[in-house]
Amino acid sequence: MKQLEFENHYREFWQHMEDLLDGKDEVDASLIQRFPSDYRRLCQHLAVAKSRRYAPGLTNRLNYLVQRGYQKLYGQRVKDQGILVEYFVRGFPAALRRNARYLWIAGAAFVLPYVLMMIACMVNDQMLYSVMDPASVRGMESMYQPGADKFGREDEAATDLFMFGFYIYNNIGIAFRCFATGLFFGVGSLFTLTFNGVVIGGVSGHLTALGYTETFYPFVVGHGSFELTAIVFSGAAGLKLGWALLSPGRLSRLQAMQAAASDAIKIMYGVFIMLTIAALIEAFWSASAIIPNQGKYAVGAILWIAVYYYCFFFARQEVRAYIAAHESR
Amino acid sequence: MSEKIDTMHLVETPEGTDLHAEVAGVVPRALAYGIDFLVRMGILFILGLVVTFTGGKLGGLWLLVFFLLEWGYPVFYEVYRDGQSIGKRAFNLRVVSEDLTPIKFGPSVVRNLLRTADIFPFLYIFGVISMAVTTRFQRLGDLAAKSLVIYDDNQRYNMTALSDVTPIAPTIPLSEDLQTAFINFALNRGNLSQSRQLEIAEIIQAKIPNHNHEPVSYVRGVGKWLLGAK
Repeated sequence: MKQLEFENHYREFWQHMEDLLDGKDEVDASLIQRFPSDYRRLCQHLAVAKSRRYAPGLTNRLNYLVQRGYQKLYGQRVKDQGILVEYFVRGFPAALRRNARYLWIAGAAFVLPYVLMMIACMVNDQMLYSVMDPASVRGMESMYQPGADKFGREDEAATDLFMFGFYIYNNIGIAFRCFATGLFFGVGSLFTLTFNGVVIGGVSGHLTALGYTETFYPFVVGHGSFELTAIVFSGAAGLKLGWALLSPGRLSRLQAMQAAASDAIKIMYGVFIMLTIAALIEAFWSASAIIPNQGKYAVGAILWIAVYYYCFFFARQEVRAYIAAHESR
Repeated sequence: MSEKIDTMHLVETPEGTDLHAEVAGVVPRALAYGIDFLVRMGILFILGLVVTFTGGKLGGLWLLVFFLLEWGYPVFYEVYRDGQSIGKRAFNLRVVSEDLTPIKFGPSVVRNLLRTADIFPFLYIFGVISMAVTTRFQRLGDLAAKSLVIYDDNQRYNMTALSDVTPIAPTIPLSEDLQTAFINFALNRGNLSQSRQLEIAEIIQAKIPNHNHEPVSYVRGVGKWLLGAK
């Protein structure tokens, strides 16, 4: 069969499929029923066109149609709504548990510099200047100075909203970059964790030594549980990527990295949620001058316990079963 | 086909058909990125004006939108708009996974979070290096997410380009390769210069003995006949 004859024979069918696949035609039940067989017919036409070496203009068009059909037929179905719930009840804790060793390393890379720098800054009041410039130190000191009027805020609602936007933009950006730079053999994640440990630990020590504890700790205790933990989680996810490249085991480096990325991203969803919660708390609760410090300490303590209970102890049996089910797959 | 060096990516479907897709290189992707960048900056600029004229009270909203545009914009378009952001649509590009199915949410997040590594140290230098050394033009994020950027090729030929030609039956049977050469020349000569057309047509025509026609119109005529026109 010559090409033109072939084309004339099927032109209407192809046009119909194209309108359907590009969403120009209304889709009703009978079309959906017929779609798989129509799609196979398109596949056959493409194979015929290729084997008969019809012109590229024709094979390209059929290839396009088959490709769009293939995407429709084998693409992602709209998942049921349970997927988010499943993620929070099982998926996220399971992802953390599977990657416990990266969490330990990331935690150490953050906590050790934090503690050391905190002690150093409490002993020596010049120490903080080794990691922060004098203007930032002054700004930070005046912000937490007891008696300073609500951290110098004027229009409270507007400032809260502004700070919420800032925390989302800044903190989640840091966490995402902390994860991504793990691709450089883990170096970027380790650096981010250690650097943040040094700076935050230094600030804590410096302010404690100055005696600003009654303004600093009530402020940070509420959101610290979500924020600091999430930063460590993002570093752990980055370390997983880096380790897959350093030590791919029996896989190729590329395969190991792809497997690590698809698991690490399950931690990152949780990091995103945790940092969003942290930003809400930090902007609208931690900064509030109305709530007494005792209230902030009490809620802060509950949140710390809740975060760690949820992440590491919640429904342990079910999470173990979930991991087993998903690893044997 | 497979040992040829080209930018075709082949995938066998469960129906036993080979799908081909042409992967897109650095330049069209950079241009598409440029358009997306301008779109995002435009939104931020307009919002920035609104924030300024309302006395800066909406500054937090601006930062929030900045964050969403930086991290969420590509994911949204890849997952919910068939792999095409505004810039990619303008350049006929589409993000798909390596098996040519639409990209899913997880891989889309992976490739866009790892953008940070591709940008490093600046101006996407790592990404460009990665695209240059991989066979499918994948940046680091693409490698981790098993994704590709392909051309969304639905170009077809136009028979009206041959309306001025009378079909000519060839005097001898032609091999498949030769038929393909005649047909492709007939359909695609439009983007060649006159002298180049003549040069190629002479080479193709020389395969058929006993001719005294003008080469370009002769090859086009035979091509039209081979397509099935009488």
